[in-house]
Amino acid sequence: MAKELHLSEDLFTPVTDNYKDSEKIAKPSVSYWRETWRRLKENKLAMFGLVVIIILVVMAIIGPYLSGYTYYEQDFSKKNLRPNGEHWFGTDTSGRDIFTRAWYGARISLFIGLMAAVIDFVLGIIYGGVSAIKGGRVDNIMMRIAEVLFSIPYLLMVILMMIVLERGIWPIIVAMTITGWIPMARLIRGQVLQLKELDYVHAANAMGAPTSWKLRKHMVPNTMGPILVNLTLTVPTAIFAEATLSFLGLGIPAPQASWGTMASDAVGSILVGNFYQLAIPALLISLTMLAFNVLGDGLRDALDPKLRK
Amino acid sequence: MLSFIVKRILWSLVTIWAIVTITFIIMHSVPGDPFAREGTMPEAVYQNLRSFYNLDEPKIVQYGLYLKQIAQFDFGPSLKSQTLTVNDYLEKGFPVSMQLGLQALLVAVVFGIILGVIAAFNRNKWPDYLAMVLAIIGISVPSFILAYVLINYLAVEWRLLPVATWQSMKHTILPTISLAMLPMAYIARLMRSSMLEVLNQDYMVTAKSKGLNRGFILLKYGLRNAILPVVTVLGIIAANLVTGSFIVESIFGVPGIGEMFVKGIFNRDYPVILGSTIFYSIILIFLILIVDIAYTWIDPRIKLTGESK
Repeated sequence: MAKELHLSEDLFTPVTDNYKDSEKIAKPSVSYWRETWRRLKENKLAMFGLVVIIILVVMAIIGPYLSGYTYYEQDFSKKNLRPNGEHWFGTDTSGRDIFTRAWYGARISLFIGLMAAVIDFVLGIIYGGVSAIKGGRVDNIMMRIAEVLFSIPYLLMVILMMIVLERGIWPIIVAMTITGWIPMARLIRGQVLQLKELDYVHAANAMGAPTSWKLRKHMVPNTMGPILVNLTLTVPTAIFAEATLSFLGLGIPAPQASWGTMASDAVGSILVGNFYQLAIPALLISLTMLAFNVLGDGLRDALDPKLRK
Repeated sequence: MLSFIVKRILWSLVTIWAIVTITFIIMHSVPGDPFAREGTMPEAVYQNLRSFYNLDEPKIVQYGLYLKQIAQFDFGPSLKSQTLTVNDYLEKGFPVSMQLGLQALLVAVVFGIILGVIAAFNRNKWPDYLAMVLAIIGISVPSFILAYVLINYLAVEWRLLPVATWQSMKHTILPTISLAMLPMAYIARLMRSSMLEVLNQDYMVTAKSKGLNRGFILLKYGLRNAILPVVTVLGIIAANLVTGSFIVESIFGVPGIGEMFVKGIFNRDYPVILGSTIFYSIILIFLILIVDIAYTWIDPRIKLTGESK
C-alpha cells in the first residue's frame, strides 16, 4: 500500500544561520555575587536597611562636626533643652548637645558592633576550619568544648567578663568575642565538612588542584554566603549587648558616649517629662538593629533563592 | 531512648561543672579581694574575715571547697548583706522570677503562634505585613528601651498601669510585655516560615481534597506539624527570657533573681553574681535537657539522628 510521496521543491528552503540563535545565550553570564546583588536589589526592605546603614555610617563620620559642639562640653545654663534650632536634638541633663553625642555615640556603637563581628569571624574561621579539617578526635573534642562554652548564656558571659575587665571600648569587644565566636565556628565547620564531600571538590582533588586554588575557587566563595548573613546579624547582637552593658553601668566610661550610655543616662529624665533624651538614642539603637536585621534577612533570601519559594 | 536520656543527663552535669569552673576562674581573677576596700578595718578583723571566707587558702583548695558547696546547692553568704545568704536571695527571688518568666513565655508562645499562623495564611497580604512588621520591631527594640517606652506612655502619661513594683496582677502586665516581646517576635517569624512549608505539603492538599473542614485541617495537620520547630527553640527562648529578665526586673523593681543579680553587679557582691550565674545556667541546662527529651518524644522522626550522635 505504498503511497507515492509528492514532495515539491518549494516545500524546502535552504538552511540559514538562523537556527544558531536558539543556542545563543540570551543573557550575559552573571556571576553568583552579581545574581545575589540583583535579587537583593529587588528586596525593598533589605535595600531600606542598606540605605539606613550607609546613612548611619556617613553620619557617624561627619555628624559630630556638624553642630559645632563637642560631645563632652557641658553648659549648665542650657541643660534639658528640648530639640530646637540651636541644639537640633536638644541637650541632656549636663547641657551637652545630644546631636553631637548621638553621632559620636554612633561611632562607638557601630565600631563595637563591626569589630565584634570581624573578630568573631576570624576566630570562627580558625577554630571551625581547624576542627573540620583535622576531623576525628580533635574535631570531637574541639566541638565539645565549644558546646560547653556556648551553653553559658551569651549576655551573662559578657557581663561576667566586664566585671573583671577594665571599662572601655576594647574590653567590651573582648568580653563580647570571648564566647561570641562559637556560632560562627560551628557554622564554618559545618560548611567546610559539607564542602569536603562535594563532587567538585573531589574532582579538584583528583586533578591535583593545589590547596590555595581549592580555597580560592571552591571553599571561600561557597561558604561566604551563610557567613556573610551571620556577620550581618552579629552586628545588631553586639550593639544590643553593648547597650545592655551600658544600662548595667558596665559600658563606656564618661564623658565618652555610646547609644547605650546615652539611653541609660536619660532614664531618670523620663519621669520629669524629658522623654526625648531617651527617645533619640533609643530610636537610633532600634533603627540600627532593624536595618542590620532586615539586611541580614534579605541577604539570606538573596543568597539562597530556594528559601523564598 | 533510655541510654539517650542518661547520656544527655551526664553531659549536662559535665556542662554545669565546666560553667562552675569558668565562673570561678573569672571571678577569682578580679584583682584584689572583696574586703580590701573597706578601709579602716583592723588587721585582725581583716584576717579573720579572710579565713572565714576561706580566702587565705590556696586557689585550688578554694576551688575544691566551692565545688563541694555547689554540689550541695549552697551558694555561700552574700558579702554585702550581714544576715542573708545567696540561697536566701534565690529562695525569695525564684518564685517571683518564675512567675514573670512563665507569664512572658505564655504570652510569647500564644501570640507568637497566632501571629505566625495569621501571617502564613495571608501570605503577602496586609495581615502578613502587619504581623511581620510587629515581629521585626520586637527583634529590633531592646527590652530596656521597650520597657521605658511602655512606662512613659502607659504608666506616666496615660496612667493606665502602675509604673513599677510587684504587688497585684496589674503590676505584672508591663514587665511581662517587655519580656515577652522579643521571644514573641522570634516565634512569630519561625512559625510563619514553618507554617508556609507545611501548607505546601502533600498531606495538606490531600486533606483539603478529601473535603475536610478547614479549621480541622489547620489544627490537626497544619499546626501540629508546624509547631515542631517552635519546640526546638524553646531552649533559646528560655535563655532569652533569663537574660532579658534581669534587665526588666531591675527596671520595674520586681524582687526576683534578676534584680538581685543586677544589684550584685552594682555592689560587686561576687558570691551573689557567681551564685545567680550558676543558678541561671543550671536552670537553662535543665530546661534544654527537658526540651531535647520532649522533642524526641513529640517527633519520633528525630530519634534516629538524636541517638546516632
